[in-house]
Amino acid sequence: MAVKLLLENAHVEGIRYYEAYRRTGGYRSVEKALKMTPEAIVEEVKKSGLRGRGGAGFPAGMKWSFIAKPEGVPRHLVCNADESEPGTFKDRYLMEFLPHLLIEGLIVSSFALGSNATYIYIRGEYAWIPDILEHAIDEAKANGWLGKNILGTGFDCEIYVQRGAGAYICGEETALIESLEGKRGNPRIKPPFPAVKGVWDRPTVVNNVETLAAVVPIINMGGDEYAKIGVGRSTGTKLISACGNINKPGVYEIDMTISVEEFIYSDEYCGGIPNGKKLKACIPGGSSVPILPANLLLKTAKGETRYMNYESLSDGGFATGSMMGSGGFIVLDEDQCVVRNTLTLARFYRHESCGQCSPCREGTGWMEKILKNIEYGKGKMSDIDLLWDIQRKIEGNTICPLGDAAAWPVAAAIRHFRDEFEWHVLNPEESQRRNYGLAHYADAREIVAA
Amino acid sequence: MTIYIDNKPYEAKAGKNLLEACLAAGINLPYFCWHPSLGSVGACRQCAVKVFKDEKDTQGRLVMSCMEGVRDGVRIGVEEATAKAFREQVIEWMMTNHPHDCPVCDEGGSCHLQDMTVMTGHDYRRYHYKKRTYKNQYLGPLINHEMNRCIQCYRCVRYYHDYAGGDDLNVFAAHNHVYFGRDKDGVLQSPFSGNLAEVCPTGVFTDKTLKEHYTRKWDLTMAPSVCTHCSVGCNITAGERYGKLRCVVNRYNEEVNGYFLCDRGRFGYEFVNSENRVTQPLIRGRMSEAVSEEELMHELSVLLSQQKLVGIGSARASLESNFALRQLVGAGNFYAGISETEAYLTRLIVQVMQEGTLHSASLKDIEQADAVIVLGEDVWNTAPMMALAVRQAAMKTAANNAAAQLSLPAWHDAAIKELVQTDKGFLANITVAGSPIDNIAQVTVHAVPDDIARLGFAVAHELSNTLPALANADEKLLQTARQIAAALQQSKHPVIVSGLSCVNSAVIRAAFDIAAALNNTHWKASVAYVLPECNSMGLALMQAPSAERIFDSSNANDMTALILENDLYRYLPQATADAFFSRCSNVIALDSIHNNTTEKAQVLIPAATFAEADGSMVNYEGRTQHYYKVFIPKEGHIKESFHWLNSMRIAKNNRSNGHGLSLDELLHEAEIEMPVFEGVHDAMLSPHYSIHGEHIPREPHRYSGRTAMYANLNVSEQKPLQEEGESAFGFTMEGFKGQPPADAAPFFWSPGWNSGQSVTKYQQEPGGAFKGHIPAVQLFHDKVDKAPVFFKDIPEAFVARKQKWLVLPQYHVLASGELSSYTKALASLLPEACVVLSETDAALLGVRDGDKIRVHPGTTALPVKVHLSLANGVVLISAGLPGTEVYNWGDWVKIEKE
Repeated sequence: MAVKLLLENAHVEGIRYYEAYRRTGGYRSVEKALKMTPEAIVEEVKKSGLRGRGGAGFPAGMKWSFIAKPEGVPRHLVCNADESEPGTFKDRYLMEFLPHLLIEGLIVSSFALGSNATYIYIRGEYAWIPDILEHAIDEAKANGWLGKNILGTGFDCEIYVQRGAGAYICGEETALIESLEGKRGNPRIKPPFPAVKGVWDRPTVVNNVETLAAVVPIINMGGDEYAKIGVGRSTGTKLISACGNINKPGVYEIDMTISVEEFIYSDEYCGGIPNGKKLKACIPGGSSVPILPANLLLKTAKGETRYMNYESLSDGGFATGSMMGSGGFIVLDEDQCVVRNTLTLARFYRHESCGQCSPCREGTGWMEKILKNIEYGKGKMSDIDLLWDIQRKIEGNTICPLGDAAAWPVAAAIRHFRDEFEWHVLNPEESQRRNYGLAHYADAREIVAA
Repeated sequence: MTIYIDNKPYEAKAGKNLLEACLAAGINLPYFCWHPSLGSVGACRQCAVKVFKDEKDTQGRLVMSCMEGVRDGVRIGVEEATAKAFREQVIEWMMTNHPHDCPVCDEGGSCHLQDMTVMTGHDYRRYHYKKRTYKNQYLGPLINHEMNRCIQCYRCVRYYHDYAGGDDLNVFAAHNHVYFGRDKDGVLQSPFSGNLAEVCPTGVFTDKTLKEHYTRKWDLTMAPSVCTHCSVGCNITAGERYGKLRCVVNRYNEEVNGYFLCDRGRFGYEFVNSENRVTQPLIRGRMSEAVSEEELMHELSVLLSQQKLVGIGSARASLESNFALRQLVGAGNFYAGISETEAYLTRLIVQVMQEGTLHSASLKDIEQADAVIVLGEDVWNTAPMMALAVRQAAMKTAANNAAAQLSLPAWHDAAIKELVQTDKGFLANITVAGSPIDNIAQVTVHAVPDDIARLGFAVAHELSNTLPALANADEKLLQTARQIAAALQQSKHPVIVSGLSCVNSAVIRAAFDIAAALNNTHWKASVAYVLPECNSMGLALMQAPSAERIFDSSNANDMTALILENDLYRYLPQATADAFFSRCSNVIALDSIHNNTTEKAQVLIPAATFAEADGSMVNYEGRTQHYYKVFIPKEGHIKESFHWLNSMRIAKNNRSNGHGLSLDELLHEAEIEMPVFEGVHDAMLSPHYSIHGEHIPREPHRYSGRTAMYANLNVSEQKPLQEEGESAFGFTMEGFKGQPPADAAPFFWSPGWNSGQSVTKYQQEPGGAFKGHIPAVQLFHDKVDKAPVFFKDIPEAFVARKQKWLVLPQYHVLASGELSSYTKALASLLPEACVVLSETDAALLGVRDGDKIRVHPGTTALPVKVHLSLANGVVLISAGLPGTEVYNWGDWVKIEKE
C-alpha cells in the first residue's frame, strides 16, 4: 500500500465538514505553524522539495522565497483553482471532498507569506464548489482558524473565493491576476513578476490547490521527512487524475516511485484497459503535454522502465518523452483515433486562446481547420507539413505558455503518429468508417516484456 | 553604443528597444502593435529578429525586437532566415482572416498592413478555409467601422482607451474572434476619435468624411498646412482633388501635435467645400455676374479714398493678410476684430510672455511636465490637443516613476501599465464647471474666476512668502493651495496652463505668479496661455486696439470699414456690432463664407481659406508656423486676402501699374515695421526654394490618373491650375523625385512605406525630431537672468449679487471655432445651446432642466441646464454653437424665466 498524505482520510464519513476533519487530525499544522516563524515555514517547504503541482513543477519553496517584502505593502497569496486543463480534475476532487485540507494549507501558507487576504480563484465551470469552500471557510472562521488574531498569535487572515468566468487562460498566473482584479483575463508580460507586483500591484504568490494542500503534511511531518517520500527531485506524493480507456478512472495519490505500467495495469490504480483492448497511447500530464505511443510510454527510448515522476516522464525530451504536467493522465486504447483526439484538443486551444498575440490567436484556429479537414477526409498530404510548420512557429513565440500548450499536442501527434495522419489523407472514405488501430506496433506490453 | 545588425555596426541610443534602433538605422523591419507614442506590448509578434550571443553563435534566439532593449555590442539578425520566415508566417496568420478587399478599402494605397505584407515577402496563401466575419458598428458620422479587416493589433484600444482616455471603445470576446468596438452602436464619445483612422494599421477605422468624396492618397494634391481651429496650431497635411478639399491628416511635429489631432481639427475642414462660400466679388445692388475685377477695383478705389477709413483685423486671418490691411488703412486706423475684454486679456498675456521670465510651454513641454496646474482654463474645449497633452503629463509621470522603480525602459508599455495601475502624476484642474480631465486630476476645484485667481495667488504665496498672503481666506482654500504648492515643490518641470476662458485678468496674473515663484528657485517652470483663435497671438502682437475702441473716437461716424475674415457678430454682442455698422457708411468685407457680417457689406470680396492660401500664424506659445496652398480654387476670383489688399493698396494710391508685394516681401516689410515679428519669414520656405533646381511636387509620383473619375467624359486628367509667381511647391507630380527635407514635405512617403507611418523615415529616430534643420520661429525669448515682476493685486473673494449673474462662455470641443461649425459631420454632433446654472440659482429662479430662460442684455431664450458643482451667482452660456449669441463675457447679466 502506497503512502497517502492528502487522500488519507478522503473516505471518512463527513470529512467535507469541520467536525469530522478536525476529529481526524485536521488543523494540527496550523497549530504547529503559527508557533513557528514564517521564515522557518518557508525553510520547511524548501527542504521538502515540493514542486508546484499546477504543471510547470517549479519548486514551491523557491517561489515563496522570491516574494518581495517592501515596507508597508500588503502581500497576497492566491490559490489557483482554475483547473481547466482537459483531463485534469485532481483539484476539483480536493476542493469538493476535502475543502478543509485546502483551507488548512492556505492558512499555513498565508502565515508563511504574510498574506492577510488570501484568494481562491476558482474555475467558473466548478459552479457548485465555491459553496462548499465558502461553507468550509465559515466553519473554519467560526472555530477560530480564520479571521482576526488567529490562535491569539496576532495573525489576521481572511480567505475569499473568487469565481472565474470560464476562461482556460485565467489559469495562467498573470491572466488570473488580471481577472481577479476585474479585468479582461489577458496574460501580462513579465517582468514585473507577480512576486514583486501582482494583485493590485502588491507582491503575490500564486500556487496550485494541490501544492497548497501539500503544505499541510509537510508541516505535520517536517520537510525532511516529506522529502524522503518519492524519488530524486520528485518528492512527496502526487495526485493523478486518470481517465480515458481504463477500468477505474479516478483520482489517485501516488508516491512517484511506481512505474507507468504499474499505474495503468495494477488494480490498485487504473486497473487496466477495458474489454481486453490494447494500449495505444497516453497523454500523461494533461492535454497540453505531448502524447506518447504505448511503446515509448512504458519504456524510455533507452529501453529503461518509465516511472510516474517528473524526471522519468520527461526522459527523452519531446522527441521520445513527455511531461508530468498537471497530472491529467489520459489513456487511449487501440480503438481511438489520434487525429480526432488531436482535433478535439486543437478546438479546445483555439477556443481558449485569449486573442492577444498573433501566433496563438490565428495559429490555433488554422490548426483546428486543417485537422478538421484531415479528420473528415478532406485533407491533403501537404496539410500535414503545413500543420507541422504552423505549430513550429507558434511554439516559443507567444506571450504566455498557451501557445506552447496548443502546439505540443499537435507536434507530438504528428511526430509519433504521422502514419495515421497519412492514412487519413490517403484513405478518406475508409478513415470515416473505421479507426487506424495500433498499426505499426504490437501490444505494448509485449514490448515491455521483451 | 554600437549594435550589430546583420553584422554591420550601427550607432544606437541607450534606452531604446531593438525595433526603434532598427528603424532609426533606416532598416525596414515590419511591425504593427508598436507605435512611437504608445510603446511596446509585444502582441503582434511581427517584429521578430534573431539575437545572437556573440560572433560565433549561429543559432541565435528569436525575440520580438520591440520587447528587447538595446545593449552595447548586441548582435541581431534581421535578414536571418528563420526570423524572416517567422515574420512572413505572422503576416500569413494575419491574412488568414483579412478580407483582401484593398480595391474597395479606403485605406488602400496608404495602408500599413499592405506595406508590411509586401515588406515580409508573403505572397502565397496556404490558408484555404472560410474567413471569419463580423458585424460592423455605427460609430457616428466621423469614423467608419469595418471589423473584418482587423488584424487584432490592439492599437485602437491602446490609443483610444489608454492614451486618449476614452471609455467607450474596447476589446470584446476572445480567441480568433476578438472584436474592437463599442458595447453597442453609437457615436464615439472621445473628441480624439479621428486618430483611430491613423492609428489603425489597416482599414477598420477610417475617416467617414473622406468617404463622402473619397480619393486615394496617390490621387491627392497635398501641402503642409496648419490647423486653423484653435490657438494650438497643430500641423496638418490637407489633400485636394478636383477642387474639393478631401481630407486632413496629421503632419507630425515633435514640438506641437506629435502624431495626433483632435476631431475639430481633423474633420473641421469641410467649410472649404461649403456651398456657402463667397466665390464672386459682390457689390450690393449689382448682379453678381456683372462685377469684374476691374469694376471692383474701380468701386474700391472710390471707397478707399474716403476720409474715415478703418480696418478690422482678424484673429483667424494670416499675419500677412492682417499686415496688408494695416498697411492699407494705416497703423492708426487698424483695429482688432475682437471685444475690448478679449483684447485687454490677450495684451496682458503678450506682456507677460514678452517679458521672457517664463518659458512658453509647447505641447511637448506640457506632455513632459511632472506637475500640471490648469488654472481656470477649460482646456478640453478651448484647446483639445493641449488637454490631451495634459493627460499625457499625468500618465507619463506615473509611468516614469514606475519605470524607475524597477528600472524598466520607458517603451515597455505593457509592464509599466501593470505597475502604474491607477497612479497618475500631479494635476490640479481648477475650472469653473469641471472638465473631462477632472477624472485624472489629484486636485479638482470648481470655482468662480475671482476665487480661482485667489487660489492661484495663495499657491504663489505658499511657494514664495515674499508674495502677499490672501486676506480673509477660508481654510479649505488655503489647504488646497498648500497641497498644490507641495506637489509643485517636488516637481522639476511644472507647467501652468491658463487662458481666456475665465475672462478674468486676475486668473492670468495668478498663473504668472505661480510659475514665476517656482522659477525663483532652482527648477524651471513654464506657462501656457490658451487663446481663442488660431492667430489670436499674431494679431495681439500687432498691438491694435479692439474694434470697440473705434467708438472712443468722437467722430466715429460715416466710416468706411474694411473687415478682414471676421464675423463681428461672433466677437461682439449683437447690440455693439449693430451700433458699429450703423456708424459705417460703407462696409467692405473680405471673407470666405457668407455670415452675418458679410450681410452688412456693400462690397464683398471672396477670400481664400487656409487650403487655398499661403500664410503665417502665431500659435499660443508664440511659435510662428507657415501653411501652404493646397490648391488653387477653380473659381478664379478667390484669392488670399493679402492679395486683394495689395491690389487695393495699389488702387488707393492710384498706381495703376504697380505690382503687389509677394508673400516674403510682405513679411520682410512687417519685420521692419514691427520688430516683434523679427525672423517670422524663417517659418516659410522661400518661394525660390528648390532641390537641384526642381520644385517639390504636391502630388505623389503615382498620381497618374489611374483612378480617373471622369474618364467617361475625358480620359485626360484636368490640368491642375498653376500659380502665378514662384513657389517652392509645384502643382503637379513633376519635380524633385527624392525624399524632401521634412519641413518641405507636402506629405510623408518613402519607398515601401505608403502609409502615414512613413514619417519614421523623416525622423532622426522614431517619435523624435526630424532629420535636418527645422527652423522654429519662437517670438518669445527666454530671458533667464531677468527677475520677474510679480502681480500682487489679489481680487476680493467672489460674492454673488442679488438678481445678477456673472456671465461666462461655455465652449464646446467640436464647435467653438467659427469655421469648424460649418462642417456637416461636426455640426450633427453639437449639443443644444443652453444656460448652465447652479442648483440653488435654478431653484431661486424657479426653473428646472429644460425650462427656457432669457438673459439680459440678449435676445434669445435658452434652455436651462442645472449644474451640481457650479458656484452660485454665475451662469455659463454656450458659446459658438449655432443659435447662440455673444454676451459681454465676464460682465453681469439679468435673467428671467420665459
